[in-house]
Amino acid sequence: MNRKLRRAAAIAAAVLLSLPGAALAHGFAGDRFFPATILTDDPFVADEMSLPTFTRTPAALEGSRAYDLDIDIAKRLTPDLGFTAGYGWKSVRPPGGPSVTGFGPLRTGLQYQLFVDAPHEAIALANLGATWAHTGRVSALAAPDFTTLTPGFDFGKGFGDLPRELPWLRPFAVTGNLSIDFPTKTESAGVPNPNNFNYGFAIEYSLPYLQCCVKDIGLPAPFNQLIPLVEFSFSTPFNRLTPGVTTTGTIQPGVIWSGTYFQIGAEAILPATRASGHGIGGLIQLHFYLDDIFPTTIGRPISEWR
Amino acid sequence: MRAVLFLVLAAGLAIGGVSTVRAHAFLDHASPAVGSAVPAAPAAVTISFTQNLEPAFSGVAVTDAAGQRVDLGNAQIVPGHPDQLQVGLRPLPAGIYTVTWHVVSVDTHPTQGTFTFDVGGR
Repeated sequence: MNRKLRRAAAIAAAVLLSLPGAALAHGFAGDRFFPATILTDDPFVADEMSLPTFTRTPAALEGSRAYDLDIDIAKRLTPDLGFTAGYGWKSVRPPGGPSVTGFGPLRTGLQYQLFVDAPHEAIALANLGATWAHTGRVSALAAPDFTTLTPGFDFGKGFGDLPRELPWLRPFAVTGNLSIDFPTKTESAGVPNPNNFNYGFAIEYSLPYLQCCVKDIGLPAPFNQLIPLVEFSFSTPFNRLTPGVTTTGTIQPGVIWSGTYFQIGAEAILPATRASGHGIGGLIQLHFYLDDIFPTTIGRPISEWR
Repeated sequence: MRAVLFLVLAAGLAIGGVSTVRAHAFLDHASPAVGSAVPAAPAAVTISFTQNLEPAFSGVAVTDAAGQRVDLGNAQIVPGHPDQLQVGLRPLPAGIYTVTWHVVSVDTHPTQGTFTFDVGGR
């Protein structure tokens, strides 16, 4: 076999290996590229890393404010099976008191890509998340002393398949999450640990999609790579209820700039319910595409490592 | 803390290594432009991408409103421009045409896309 043939065969093998289920990582469904949203779990397995996410939360009901520094990583084990892990450092500043600092709980997840429907820009994923007991500072920062298992369903839908007569709506996309928390301990220090129903979604308007697939309106860089979005996230306890414990959630308008090897996201954080605090918070995230940075090594699924 | 240091190091390597690697090929611009109306029929469609392409796994087709191919079937990488894909066109009457492309960048990342252009400038 000559060199050209060997190269062609190697490329063909790599392409074919990446095609099953069209699970290409990096959030593709047909023409649609889904960025990694900050609040809403991504509906695709990926080789990506957030380093860091810096968050200033809105003030809590009693007036304290938290500053979080988080790291998250997603890794494909096979083209359709992925693993996630996240860990964060937190500083809580109560009004008039000294700051309390420490780590929050370790979060992990196992994900399976259910389908990728290219013509309809639809994508879905099943996941099982776990928040682990005693992996954060329990007494001072209220990190859990119990493990919580959270099965969930994540989905995404681009609207590029709308009729051509609606060109300005075609760059829209929605991603969303549905999950339930199952704490492995029914109460901690005399306080019940309820099951929670978690739900959230993100509405995105992709200027890259507008430029590539609808109408080139001549946007210059960096505007041609911006994805304005609004994210919503809520959590509602539905058993073992404690008086005053009710639905919490945030609404987060912001923007993501998606480059070749990384993206940068920034969002404001607005409490969506009275129990969610008051005031305005914010966050900024630097997120790397490992599959693009290391396309032949750690950016590939582990099952394809040689 | 060791895990944090490892991740910081990995990020540093990632940032330091970006100039020598490739990534997904996205459409940068096209002629005729995406979604444009052109007064006269173009002789070819040329698409420029953000990365260099693998010729054997990259292609483009142009169809009319009835779904019939109107390209010459000669899609190729533009000589001297490894990031450009071009296909010749038959003489086109007025109408809306759909360009469907699929490419593989030189590091084997596949991407695809679709856009239209309008001949006759309606």
